[in-house]
Amino acid sequence: MSKKVDIKVTVNGKLYERSVEPRMLLSDFIRHELGLTGTHTGCEHGVCGTCTVWFDGEPVRSCLMFAVQADGHEVHTVESLGTPDNLHPLQQAFMEKHALQCGFCTPGMLMTFAHFIQRHPNPTDEEIREAMAGNLCRCTGYENIVEAVKLAAQRMAGK
Amino acid sequence: MTTEVKTKVIGKSVWRNEDPRLLTGMAQFVDDIELPGMLHAAFYRSDYAHARIKSIDVSAARARPGVVAVYTAEDFGDYWHVGPLQVPPPLAIKGAQFNARPLVPIAKDKVRYSGEPLAVVLAESRYIAEDALADIYADLEPLPAVTDMEKALEPGAPLVHDDLGTNLAADVYQQVGDYEAAKAKADVVIARRFFKDRCAGGAMENRGIVCAWDEKAQKMTVWCGTQAPIPMRNAIAKNLGLSEDQVRLVIPFIGGGFGPKVMTSMPDDVLLPWLSRKLNRPIKWIEDRRENFLATTSERDQIHYAEIALTKDGKILGVKDVFYHNTGAYDPYGMTVPLNTQTHTLGQYDVPNFYTQIKMVFTNKMVVTPVRGAGRNYGVFVMERLMDLAAKELKMDPVEIRMKNLIQPHQLPYKTGIIGQDFVENVLDSGDYPASLKKAVEMIGYEKFVKEEQPRLRAEGKWVGIGVVNFVEGTAVGPYEGARVTVGNNGKVVVLTGCSTQGQAHFTTFAQLVAEQLGVDVKDVHVTTGDTDQFHWGAGTFASRGITVAGSAVYAAATKVRAKALSLASKLLETPEEELELADGVVRVADLPSKFIPLGELAMKANPTRGTIEPGVEPGLEATAYYAPPHGATGYGTNAIILEVDKETFDVKIRRFVFVHDCGTVVNPMVAEAQIHGGVQMGIGTAFFEQLVYDDNGQLLNASFQDYLMPKATDMPMKMELGHLSVPSPLNPLGLKGLGEAGAIPPPAAYAQAIENAIHDVDFEILDMPLNPSRLYELVKAARKK
Amino acid sequence: MKPAAFEYYAPVSVEEALDLLDQLGYDGKILAGGQSLIPAMNFRMAQPHALVDLNRVKELFYIKSAPDGSLLIGAMTRDVTVEFDKMVAERLPVVTETMPLVGYYQNRTRGTYGGNLAHADPTGQLPTISVALGARAHIRSKTGERWVEMDDFYLGPFTTILEPQEMLVEVAYPALPPRSAASFKEFTRQVGATPMVGVAVLVTLDDKNRFKNAKIAYLGVGEKPYAATECVKVLLGQEATAEAIRAAAETAAQKDVDPGTDIHGTADYRRNLVNVLTRKALTQAVQSAKK
Repeated sequence: MSKKVDIKVTVNGKLYERSVEPRMLLSDFIRHELGLTGTHTGCEHGVCGTCTVWFDGEPVRSCLMFAVQADGHEVHTVESLGTPDNLHPLQQAFMEKHALQCGFCTPGMLMTFAHFIQRHPNPTDEEIREAMAGNLCRCTGYENIVEAVKLAAQRMAGK
Repeated sequence: MTTEVKTKVIGKSVWRNEDPRLLTGMAQFVDDIELPGMLHAAFYRSDYAHARIKSIDVSAARARPGVVAVYTAEDFGDYWHVGPLQVPPPLAIKGAQFNARPLVPIAKDKVRYSGEPLAVVLAESRYIAEDALADIYADLEPLPAVTDMEKALEPGAPLVHDDLGTNLAADVYQQVGDYEAAKAKADVVIARRFFKDRCAGGAMENRGIVCAWDEKAQKMTVWCGTQAPIPMRNAIAKNLGLSEDQVRLVIPFIGGGFGPKVMTSMPDDVLLPWLSRKLNRPIKWIEDRRENFLATTSERDQIHYAEIALTKDGKILGVKDVFYHNTGAYDPYGMTVPLNTQTHTLGQYDVPNFYTQIKMVFTNKMVVTPVRGAGRNYGVFVMERLMDLAAKELKMDPVEIRMKNLIQPHQLPYKTGIIGQDFVENVLDSGDYPASLKKAVEMIGYEKFVKEEQPRLRAEGKWVGIGVVNFVEGTAVGPYEGARVTVGNNGKVVVLTGCSTQGQAHFTTFAQLVAEQLGVDVKDVHVTTGDTDQFHWGAGTFASRGITVAGSAVYAAATKVRAKALSLASKLLETPEEELELADGVVRVADLPSKFIPLGELAMKANPTRGTIEPGVEPGLEATAYYAPPHGATGYGTNAIILEVDKETFDVKIRRFVFVHDCGTVVNPMVAEAQIHGGVQMGIGTAFFEQLVYDDNGQLLNASFQDYLMPKATDMPMKMELGHLSVPSPLNPLGLKGLGEAGAIPPPAAYAQAIENAIHDVDFEILDMPLNPSRLYELVKAARKK
Repeated sequence: MKPAAFEYYAPVSVEEALDLLDQLGYDGKILAGGQSLIPAMNFRMAQPHALVDLNRVKELFYIKSAPDGSLLIGAMTRDVTVEFDKMVAERLPVVTETMPLVGYYQNRTRGTYGGNLAHADPTGQLPTISVALGARAHIRSKTGERWVEMDDFYLGPFTTILEPQEMLVEVAYPALPPRSAASFKEFTRQVGATPMVGVAVLVTLDDKNRFKNAKIAYLGVGEKPYAATECVKVLLGQEATAEAIRAAAETAAQKDVDPGTDIHGTADYRRNLVNVLTRKALTQAVQSAKK
């Protein structure tokens, strides 16, 4: 075991001070140190996208970063989007279009697309699918996710 | 009036009750559970697929700071035990030979597949537990491995189970009519060898378990994402010598099942509860993705020697299919998968003579248990391929030859004479097969494509082809499921069932069934699927049986509660029952809605704390019911696709994807369609992307998502065009049939037909699955050389 | 799948980083974006004793133009920064077009340009492009610095000429001569997946549309980015016609490459891809060069 390092990380707007081993993955830090278990891990080798969070505003694989690297940085997780009683428009669209089944990949999908919509306010099906290539889902066949992203984009653009 | 009210709930695309929590990260999955003092487990696994264990040195691992215990098979002493079989042998089939070799929890003496556990480490964190794995030294003497099913049965082949003297796990044949006699009369006989390789279940959430022994309460609590809560609870109780009520299994949200999570008596659920009790500490084990590929069960992997005999005008006289089924190193799940193959081979076709034989084989590969589709897809693949080959030989149109041989609606229910995975004769209960084929052909515009579009595209030099295949999906097998429905004092309804849920929307569809009967808002029905302290009867969620078997039980229980509510309300409101209705959470007089009693108040009155209740009346607005089908209900459908093959890269792009299916009465169309979508993804995966590749030494070569290609959004058709038929099943009051696996079944057959049709200028046959661009290139290259 | 323990250093300057690398020697390993290293660590295929994390070394994040017209990319520049950089799009459109093929967006936000090059994945797009474009690596250590042609940078799979004390700090792309253009084509089984074969070409035409110069490099056919020679001989001096391109692509497939067979494809299938992709890449590059 190597020496622990003190870090300060802002997650969903809240500052957390923790002491962690350098090898602790950011995904494990978020889940098990901070108890923000909405972020999931599915492969821990950077393909499935389930652990996607925002790091300084950009989506990253939290399984491919160490928590120490987040020292002084900002992280956003799915818990920052909406609450059960006040869903984010993307979450609302996922529900309406039945874009989730088991829901395990969903937090990663949401963090990918909440960012994607900012960059692509009027996305095509092809753009959505390309953007989704970094997130695996075993349940939905993806079609309803495409529909949900389109619906959310329209609503967020005020159309 | 009443009927109209009903259709408001069943058959409506209600948004899901479970979604707000899942969408906001508030849903609890097994790895989200943290308990004070919890230890983390990691398994030391064999790199060899076949080896004799000489010794295992765990002393360095035990000495590592943070490690609490390390156990090998020896350390488990008398607790180490084999099995049990999760599915019994097929004794119902005459002459069936079955050699039971259920799983061992941790290898002793010998390793039989790569990834088999040799030791388990318990440490203060998963990081330390993994560190300790590197401290372990296992002295293994490698043995020659056997992976090829046919070679495994040759004399002198290495034996997976030495004591058995053979690698033959089972030999089961079934027949209807007399195939050889039919063949003698046939104008055309076509025989081929087919092969379908393995795929992973591939749930996004890996397997996992948390167990906690409470010494004071003498009670074991286990959280596990299992598809079969009650069987697992019972197995754990038996293993530990506890009564069932001393074991509570709690099912958190499950991140997908797809078959492998139905397994019990795996190393984790056998060893870890025992260790938790012994050490008196909670233990968590969360499988990682590499372990999931190596050591969670997978499926497919059969070789078929099949033949079809026909008259010259294309009428099928008989089919013979002798096939090898690779069960891997053990056979804990009996013969469910190959029996499914036997019952699904003939599909929708009327075939008077059929001989089908399973040779189930032990090899040094991971154990095979059902994965979405579960044996059905091979039968369908083989039969649909035989039909295509016959059509080609007889110069018939593939649709025409299919139409000619379909079982007609008036022949249903149709007894196939073949005993299935549920050990009773397979019966095709309901449907309209010609209507399905016709609908698919119309939806895809078969005539227009073949006569107009395809010639034009071919003239442009394009390889564009069409494929139309049929399938059946045996669903909703027994034995039974049960449910308890309770109206609470707050007017909300609780539904309990032992049938766990992995994303199928049971929190909503079961709620719809209850809302239908009780006139409450779907949102006010809370469903618990799998907490054995609350409800402890049932078999589990598999074989596309959730909505049909458990759903029918839920509906029956709700029907009983409705009757109780009406009876009590009738007295309280002093109105005859037939003048009452249940709506908006109250029982009211239909013609005088202001005269009502809320369900919650009724529940309170049904459970008085003083006074008397009438003899024969059970307290509470509560009822329990069970549903046990006599045999499974059979869904079916047709898959029609148009695809293009790139002439240079041999990559395949789907242009149209039509899927017609019949699952009887649909409870929630949105959910039903999505079940097809997901199934199709696996179907496409097993046609063109997904393959667990083992080498001759039994090493899995692609144990990561980097090399195991699961279909991505960009690999799927832009639009899945679904067609619905709805012939209710006569087997249950609502006319339900399952559909969870349908989508996974026909795509490989459809791909094969469409690709051959696309590459029209080369004479070749697709007999093996999955394909990939390289394999297709090699097939075409070889055919061109001829 | 948790990484083994390591010592962690997070220098804030190149000097400090080089000092650390010097002290650590073979025990030290640079952590750039981590999009390849961390998966390897999670599988415990890589277990470095110490990581020198460059993510706080601000001076390594840049894209700029050199006086000689070269384009300079600092080693820690994020892949997405390169992907959306206007100067890169203007000077080296082939890089801009290729960036979306490097992993997934969620990897590229973290992955770095220099990390990708130094990782030396034989299926990497950026190493192959850099070889084709005649890029040069700027390498520093505590005791000195050197410039190395990307052609000479790679030794084998995941192996470069970098010594343990050395660090790739920058890659420089020379300005393209007039009537030159580059293109990159690859074949992957899935979007973002490891490419089976890829080819990067750089062509220069003379005023009669003859091939004056050509550089053709492959990924996925050998142990490192492979610069072909035989197919280039076929091209030079020839008029840039479809026939000449076809002949070169055939030659590349038959004479230049010697691919292997793996679970994703046979050697022969890969040869076929070399042929197809070479033709497509050359065709596109020639079209652009003529403009």
